[in-house]
Amino acid sequence: MNDGWIKTCNVDDVEPEDVLRFDHGEQTFAIYRTTDDKFYATDGLCTHQKVHLAGGFVMDHLIECPKHNGRFDFTTGQAKGAPVCVDLKTYPTRVENGEVFIRIG
Amino acid sequence: MPVEITRRDYSLVGRDSRFAVEMGLASAEWYACPIPRKRLKQLMQRRDGPPIRDTLLWFALLGLTGWLGCHFWGTWWCVPAFIAYGVLYCSCSDSRWHECGHRTAFKTTWMNDVVYEMASFMVLRESTPWRWSHTRHHTDTIIVGRDPEIAVPRPPDILGIILGFFSLKSGPKEYKKILLHCLGKLTAEEKTYIPETEYRRVFWTARVWVLVYVTVIAWAIAARSLLPLMLIGLPSFYGAWLLVIFGLTQHAGLAENVLDHRLNCRTVYMNPVFRFVYWNMNYHLEHHMFPMVPYHALPALHQEMKADTPKPYRGLIEAYREIIPAIWRQVKDPAYYVKRELPPSAKPFPASVPTAQAA
Ligand code: FES
Repeated sequence: MNDGWIKTCNVDDVEPEDVLRFDHGEQTFAIYRTTDDKFYATDGLCTHQKVHLAGGFVMDHLIECPKHNGRFDFTTGQAKGAPVCVDLKTYPTRVENGEVFIRIG
Repeated sequence: MPVEITRRDYSLVGRDSRFAVEMGLASAEWYACPIPRKRLKQLMQRRDGPPIRDTLLWFALLGLTGWLGCHFWGTWWCVPAFIAYGVLYCSCSDSRWHECGHRTAFKTTWMNDVVYEMASFMVLRESTPWRWSHTRHHTDTIIVGRDPEIAVPRPPDILGIILGFFSLKSGPKEYKKILLHCLGKLTAEEKTYIPETEYRRVFWTARVWVLVYVTVIAWAIAARSLLPLMLIGLPSFYGAWLLVIFGLTQHAGLAENVLDHRLNCRTVYMNPVFRFVYWNMNYHLEHHMFPMVPYHALPALHQEMKADTPKPYRGLIEAYREIIPAIWRQVKDPAYYVKRELPPSAKPFPASVPTAQAA
């Protein structure tokens, strides 16, 4: 760990327009890769009923929760309407030597 | 270990509600058939083409049958026209309400939302309360005391089911709630699943609905004719019968309080006309297990899952050969339910044991 940055996965572990679950200690995160190969990270659990978002569906900049189809903009964490009402926490990301880091500090 | 309880309490604020929480049945983890992520991603892809085509066809058929009903008004020919119009207005709206409520039917979000609002009005389900009740139905499918959408509580109310074919039980109840919401109030049960942030939307939508009804009634009075109400309002009643025939196949007679959709949902094969009306909701087990898959991909999802699920029903007749005797038996024996057989290749799920049995 360096200034709160931690390695999560390799770039190739996440397909374009997809999401990967990453657990770190007690915490769980969702790592997203867009079609233009940008990486984003949010809390891993939906704010509605604590379901893992990594089982969900990525469309453009949206993640749809697998349980009740609640949607978040994963670039900002913004909840996009019922049944999700509370925003997701987001984390800064950076890619170095083919590895994806997030800052959780 | 099954826990004996004397009588079911389907209220969301009663004893069985507390029981479900204590037993870990509320907001629990459910079984999901193993499907490779890559394939699931393909199945989850949204498209606008199929739903736009289906919606235009739906509107065209509504327009045509409505026009025929008006044209032949006063003759017997208007009867078949209004039977078809009513089914398109109400029963067809059930599936549009459902798929657009999940926002999976169209790729474009606003299209889902517009069709959802329209279909909610036509099927007589207030859009916001029902969005939240359906959310709970997916969290706690057929969990007694938690699921507000259990169509056939045990012991079954046969008269209520018969009245349901023309919304004669649910319709008046829904109107009462609309009026309550107009006054800025919610029932105690609704407060258990609708968050406070949504209350204003509930109240204002109810007021708009009342305004629409008042306008149509005023139009009918001014025209001294029932015709305006035959087009808007009454079809929610006289057109409901097909949605009940389809809807009862989803869960009626199956196990309560299990955490495995394979045991409490039915998949029933239907012909293409019924599948158009029902927007593939007959693949109900598939939908419950993977609600992110849009209606047009459910037949393909069914192919992926079927080795791990009970045998689907070959049609409505086969389904009702099971449902009618089961419901009938439950009148005297509420503990009875139809046990779905998993195929030998299926993965069992440890929590798939009914935990509450009526004595
Ligand atoms: S758990 Fe995510 S939308 Fe309900």
